[in-house]
Amino acid sequence: MFELGDILNDLFLERLNYLIYVVLLMIGLHAMIAKNNLIKKLIGMSIFQTAIILFYVSIGVKADATIPIYLPEHDPHGERAEEAGGPVALSVTEVAGYANPLPHVLMLTAIVVGVATLGLALALTQRIYQGYGTIEEDQLLVKLEREDGRTRKDEQPVPDATKSKSTKKTPTKRASKPASKKK
Amino acid sequence: MKSLSLIPVLLVGFLLVFAAQDFPEWGNPQSPASKSPVSSHFIAETGVDTEVPNMVTAVLADYRGFDTMFETVVVFIAGMAVLAILKNSVKKGSVRFDHIVDVEPDLIVTNTVRLIVPVIQIFAFYVLAHGHVSPGGGFQGGVLMGASFILVALSWDLETALARFPMNRCIIVAAAGIILYGGIGLLSMFLGGEFLDYAELAKVLPVSREMARYHAMLGVEIGVGLTVTAIMFALYANLSSEGKLEGGL
Repeated sequence: MFELGDILNDLFLERLNYLIYVVLLMIGLHAMIAKNNLIKKLIGMSIFQTAIILFYVSIGVKADATIPIYLPEHDPHGERAEEAGGPVALSVTEVAGYANPLPHVLMLTAIVVGVATLGLALALTQRIYQGYGTIEEDQLLVKLEREDGRTRKDEQPVPDATKSKSTKKTPTKRASKPASKKK
Repeated sequence: MKSLSLIPVLLVGFLLVFAAQDFPEWGNPQSPASKSPVSSHFIAETGVDTEVPNMVTAVLADYRGFDTMFETVVVFIAGMAVLAILKNSVKKGSVRFDHIVDVEPDLIVTNTVRLIVPVIQIFAFYVLAHGHVSPGGGFQGGVLMGASFILVALSWDLETALARFPMNRCIIVAAAGIILYGGIGLLSMFLGGEFLDYAELAKVLPVSREMARYHAMLGVEIGVGLTVTAIMFALYANLSSEGKLEGGL
């Protein structure tokens, strides 16, 4: 398709798995930054996680290797072990026939923990919806600022309305930022 | 504002594609991940160390036992946090109009689920117990088991599912899983080894040191399975009803 040693050849044929993971990662990152809806942000986070999982699994791939479960001839309870009087360590050539188990282990736990953290994020979103009646970020910011202004007025009534407004704006924005980061 | 976010996204994408040129090719056996001494040690020595044919299970429950234990704790804490966040957030009995479902459980759906749930649960036990010799283990078995309860809640309503697996029992089962995992670790510590050094369990089990690891791994996987089962169902039950634990979908 492309010339040998070409950068496009490199990218699209030999390292397509990395390209796919980068594209998925960008989609997820963009959704997390740009989307206004909190649920859409969570969907972006899930796509981001999927990209990482794909990356780990794809670097665990090994040519001419099988899954990391012993074949019958290498089974620690099989014939070879019985003849030798116990399990035998695999030789270097036999090791080349099995894929690396470590990426699979890491992603196995990452998937389940990802589900649990997603559940936690959804619970927080539900609570935000109960409190404010919306999960759109811009409307949330407006409501948060309004609420903040109301509580401040209760604490110390300021006669000058314009002055109090300018002092309010900066702290509310800062306070609302960590909340959006959690998603 | 939205187009502004494309700048960091494209920058990250460009940097990652740029870095991908130095990454190993697809399936290259000489890649760092496949060539590292850790990888070849796991593949060559798992049979000798633990007699477990499935290397993934051995690495998960034995070589990386600490990691898995705290991953389980993360799942447990996430479930408890969801319970704490949503509990009493809405008054019991108060119904929003968009949530009223006024139909009986469907006959075909409920009867299919009646047939399929025992099969799913037996398969979950199989996946859990057979994790040493085939793909499977505590996480997968636990998710399957939790899914069977979620299926009941989906096809009838939450009360039907909660009558079989109440929320209090959920919390106890989830905690029991972690206690089982940590207990096996502590037991091996009291028997003279290090924390989670299962080989020391050979002093109380009538098996060799390698087979003690084999059997302790099964205990650990059961602990993981219990926690994941309970937390998966607790997550669904709380999230689908805003913490009220009543009503259907």
